[in-house]
Amino acid sequence: MPRQLLRDRQAVEDDWRYAGELGEGGGADAVILSFDQWRRERAAWMARPGRLGLVLLPEHKVEQLAPDLPHLSLVACSFPGPAEGRGYTQGRLLRERYGFQGELRAVGYVRTDQLFFLARCGFNSFELADGDLASATAAFSTFTAAYQPANDRGLGVKLQHP
Amino acid sequence: MYRYDTTDKSLVMERVAQFRDQTRRFLAGELSDDEFRHLRLRNGLYLQRHAPMLRVAIPYGLLSSNQLRTLGRIARRYDRGYGHFTTRQNIQYNWPKLEQVPDILAELAEVEMHAIQTSGNCIRNTTSDHLAGVTPNELEDPRPWCELIRQWSTFHPEFAYLPRKFKIAVTGAPEDRAASLVHDVGVHIVRGPDGQLGFEMLAGGGLGRTPIIGQVVREFLPREHLLSYLEAILRVYNLEGRRDNLTKARIKILVRSLGIEEFKRRVEAEWASIRDGGLALDAREIERMRGFFAPPAYRQLPDLDPPAEVDAIAKNAEFRAWYRYNTVAHKVPGYRAVYISLKKPDVAPGDATDVQMELLADLSDRYSFGEIRVTHTQNLLFADVEQGSTFALWQTLRAAGLATPNIGTLTDMICCPGLDFCSLANAGSIEVAKIINERFEDLDYLYDLGEIDLKMSGCMNACGHHHVGNIGILGVDKGGEEWYQITIGGAAGADASLGTVIGPSVSKAHVPETLARLLEVYVELREPEERFLDAVRRLGIKPFKERVYAAPVAA
Repeated sequence: MPRQLLRDRQAVEDDWRYAGELGEGGGADAVILSFDQWRRERAAWMARPGRLGLVLLPEHKVEQLAPDLPHLSLVACSFPGPAEGRGYTQGRLLRERYGFQGELRAVGYVRTDQLFFLARCGFNSFELADGDLASATAAFSTFTAAYQPANDRGLGVKLQHP
Repeated sequence: MYRYDTTDKSLVMERVAQFRDQTRRFLAGELSDDEFRHLRLRNGLYLQRHAPMLRVAIPYGLLSSNQLRTLGRIARRYDRGYGHFTTRQNIQYNWPKLEQVPDILAELAEVEMHAIQTSGNCIRNTTSDHLAGVTPNELEDPRPWCELIRQWSTFHPEFAYLPRKFKIAVTGAPEDRAASLVHDVGVHIVRGPDGQLGFEMLAGGGLGRTPIIGQVVREFLPREHLLSYLEAILRVYNLEGRRDNLTKARIKILVRSLGIEEFKRRVEAEWASIRDGGLALDAREIERMRGFFAPPAYRQLPDLDPPAEVDAIAKNAEFRAWYRYNTVAHKVPGYRAVYISLKKPDVAPGDATDVQMELLADLSDRYSFGEIRVTHTQNLLFADVEQGSTFALWQTLRAAGLATPNIGTLTDMICCPGLDFCSLANAGSIEVAKIINERFEDLDYLYDLGEIDLKMSGCMNACGHHHVGNIGILGVDKGGEEWYQITIGGAAGADASLGTVIGPSVSKAHVPETLARLLEVYVELREPEERFLDAVRRLGIKPFKERVYAAPVAA
């Protein structure tokens, strides 16, 4: 069954495939590579038609990726466990410092209760590991205001900033 | 004090609703223990030895009478009739029922209180000088800045999953009453090169397993950049702090491993990218925030010295001692700041009952503009008491067991909850506090010893700040028995230092005798007016160590 995810606050079927999920002969027109794969096989993948994305692990530096961002339609930040928090900063840097406009996806240990903060850090797509997607969208209105500027992208948060 | 507007209110109510739903899902089996742990820990809820412990935030230790009344009512309704004030100027309840916690939070929200970020790996309650705004030689009241930090750090989306907890302290006076040098970040209000006020920024201090004194990251930060600079520090820490080893995850380890110069370079580079962004504070907003902390309507009063000038009370030696030890100078003539000692010999340090909290709320309305402060030394404070009212206030406090005249003395000790409540502790601390109190019950002896900070922790996590006690006591586990390691020479103030271990740890029963021997050496070798700390600094630990271990302690 194709992967379901939450994108722009809608439950949708994922149109992306991870490189490891491709069958014989490729097939998908939107492929997510690992960071290492991207570095090794960059030219070959760029020669191929279709959209490209890659997975950024917590230890990867966003600035290493910056020159490649124009070629990428998706960046997936990885949250290997419940305590991992580097992706929140990576997300903000991608959006605010490097102006990334593509799909910013949270993958790994991603739970409904994290959605609000992730969304404020610029994430717009979520491979949720819990709950049903339709009801998870309520999490985007957990809070109606915030004390600090971030990257709300239409979240409808009233900014209460001194 | 800061008052919520409708947005602040709705945020806290939304948190109550969020936590109520999370608790419901946990109790219904929809969230696993581990999943719920990560959620409740961001809301001050620990599952402890006997029952859950709920820690309620008291931003920079400031309470209105109505808030304290509510804390008292919660202690009675949901706990066993008391609460425990902590070194982060917060309050903890040790016996709430998990399923009632959402109701407690709802009652707190009614009086603009919450438990947001009182635990977990996030930015914790910002602490400050309990004499803020009233101490005579302060450069500026730090509380408006604390409130700005409170707001910026509340539900900060980027810093909710830090490598480890993160504590900030702000001071505005030369004396450091907030232990800012052993905080992840210390913010000192200072005067800059051109005479304008701004901040000295420190980072990398901390206690716990690896105690380190904080270092200066920036000598002078213009005031409008406070939040962007903090954001830069937190961002560097969030990305670079270690996550592979819990005991090496605090920012102090990052600062130490990079070195202060490299750490500073990274922070400054990050700050350069964000300093002119949305976090800059404009002058109008700074003034608006300062307005919340404007001085109360002081009366014009003569500067009295009641013990010397008021005949009726001059004869009362007990009052005189209390006045001397439990009250301090105020910047406004005719006023004193009055400590409410929560260090009564037979009570766990920092504990107050429901009835005491309600009484203090009423007394603060009558004597101190309806505000109460929590000190990081686990006492309470009325900041603005007319000197002429101190005798009447003392009589009421005394009847309620709240006038132990021991502030700043040996028995005004800081103490964590220890093995009696905490699941991390190796050893009890409340029981040790009790036997120390029994041994040193002679007030004249305590007064002769003068100013001594005794700080005690039940384990390496150092919640009782033992490293920076003039005398520090650390509970250790030795083959299943509770033993105690003693340090001397620590200090938490502007001249902060870490104590030195005097030698092998001692059994619980021997702690009081060990202290007695340390104090004997001090009394014998001190110079006139020399404090215990200064004597240790001058003499080194050798004479103390020799005396303690010279003869076995009679059982």
